[in-house]
Amino acid sequence: MSNVSATAAPERLGLLRVLGPAHVWALGVGIVLVGEYMGWNFSVGKGGMIAGLVACWVAGLLYTCVAMIDSEVTSTVAAAGGQYAQAKHIVGPLMAFNVGLFLVMAYTMLEAANAITIGFLLDTVAGMLGHSGLNQKPFIILTILALAWLNYRGVLASLSFNLVITAFAFAAIIVLFLSVQFGASAVPLDFSAVTNEPLPYGWLGIVAALHFGLWYYLGIEGTCQAAEEVRSPARSLPFGTMAGIMTLVIAATLTWYVCSGLIPWEYLGSAGTPLFDAARVTGNSGLMVLLFIGTVFATTASANGCINDASRAWFSMGRDHYLPEWFGAVHPRFRTPYRSIVFLVPIALIFALGAPLDQVITFSILSGLLGYTFMTFNMVMFRKKWPLGTIKRGYVHPWHPLPALILLVLCAATYFAVFLGYGTQLIAMLCFYIIASLWFHFWRYRFVKRGDQFTMPWPRPQGY
Amino acid sequence: MDIWNYLEYAAWALSAVIAAIMIMDMIKIDTTYDNELLTSSREGELELTQERHELDDVL
Repeated sequence: MSNVSATAAPERLGLLRVLGPAHVWALGVGIVLVGEYMGWNFSVGKGGMIAGLVACWVAGLLYTCVAMIDSEVTSTVAAAGGQYAQAKHIVGPLMAFNVGLFLVMAYTMLEAANAITIGFLLDTVAGMLGHSGLNQKPFIILTILALAWLNYRGVLASLSFNLVITAFAFAAIIVLFLSVQFGASAVPLDFSAVTNEPLPYGWLGIVAALHFGLWYYLGIEGTCQAAEEVRSPARSLPFGTMAGIMTLVIAATLTWYVCSGLIPWEYLGSAGTPLFDAARVTGNSGLMVLLFIGTVFATTASANGCINDASRAWFSMGRDHYLPEWFGAVHPRFRTPYRSIVFLVPIALIFALGAPLDQVITFSILSGLLGYTFMTFNMVMFRKKWPLGTIKRGYVHPWHPLPALILLVLCAATYFAVFLGYGTQLIAMLCFYIIASLWFHFWRYRFVKRGDQFTMPWPRPQGY
Repeated sequence: MDIWNYLEYAAWALSAVIAAIMIMDMIKIDTTYDNELLTSSREGELELTQERHELDDVL
């Protein structure tokens, strides 16, 4: 290995600070919006139309708490790794290691699920055009590799791409809503099931629906991963995150309204692509094309954002020696965590090619849920260790500790909902994290340089 | 053989090309630059230069 260019390059390499609030919005909403295009509708299947709407808004409340909490903490802990960096500074190394793993698992599995979905969509189109038995594998692999390459080449291009396709996918939902409202649909909206069959499976149906209600917003917390690459973290992160959750609440409500009005709930509850199916019900070919493109764009944006976020979390853990230091490298030209991006490609491919979609999605949701649970006591500890007025915050969320408490209660309800449908996976996931924690505590932590993990110029916490 | 079969081959080929480019670039960078420089990134550099976490009235 030579040092030929070391003298010409800057003394220290870091990630490039080029992003603005719009990129933060595109990262958060881009990861999530696919949940409007598919997945959320299983909540309707679990409990009917009313349960679907309740799940939509209860999950919206849960994620509004997540966004508020994240905005405050991340505007202070402006480092790649997002919640991992927060956990390291506020709770401690073992919690940070676990949160880092939650993030990497949640995003890598979501990326795999998105790639599977793109393969499925292309198979559907091929089937509609008369070609049966399309081999989906090359398209799944191409999706993951092409997006990994885009991320490898630079964060600005990658998130600008996300901004364009996410905005298009969001606009497609608005256009569908307006078109249906102004009579472009051959089938009128029908909400008679709301009064005829309000809760076909009773109140338990609402609890069961909660699991899939998360789909509307799962991943908005991913905005934090951009913390080290935004020009002004204290301003851009809260702005991008809060704008993101507002966008998603609007998109989720419109999606429920249009789909529930056009598709009978028994069919909606098991539809593969509900927004596209709603467009097909309208009989308007323009809307069908628009919503198909929207579905593909939303899925691509989600996979792209997931690669960005998983690699930042993995990179941060490598940089702190929680994982081999090799992963903490920055590309000298593109200024991206290139080794982490490349390393996670085969992991995503293994999940995309070797695991069933519903299992991949469930493990992703469970990892996310564990992360949200962490946020509740992380927030309480943050305010206790650094009360208002002792550290510079870009955003202060109101009514503390109410959002943290609401989040905790909603997380508990969702664990119960997940346990009802996927109890085995929940226990398997917990066992995995317990074994990983034991490995970290008894083996890996000896390689961590204690002082090097805390390089932020923070004031000493209260009581220390 | 129809257009979809050709698209499948094209997807395989493109995947192979992208993977090769990415791996070759990674090897090139790893063999050209010193690992110490590549792993020199540190958390909180912006705070050190621009946004110190201090409040005028407190500190």
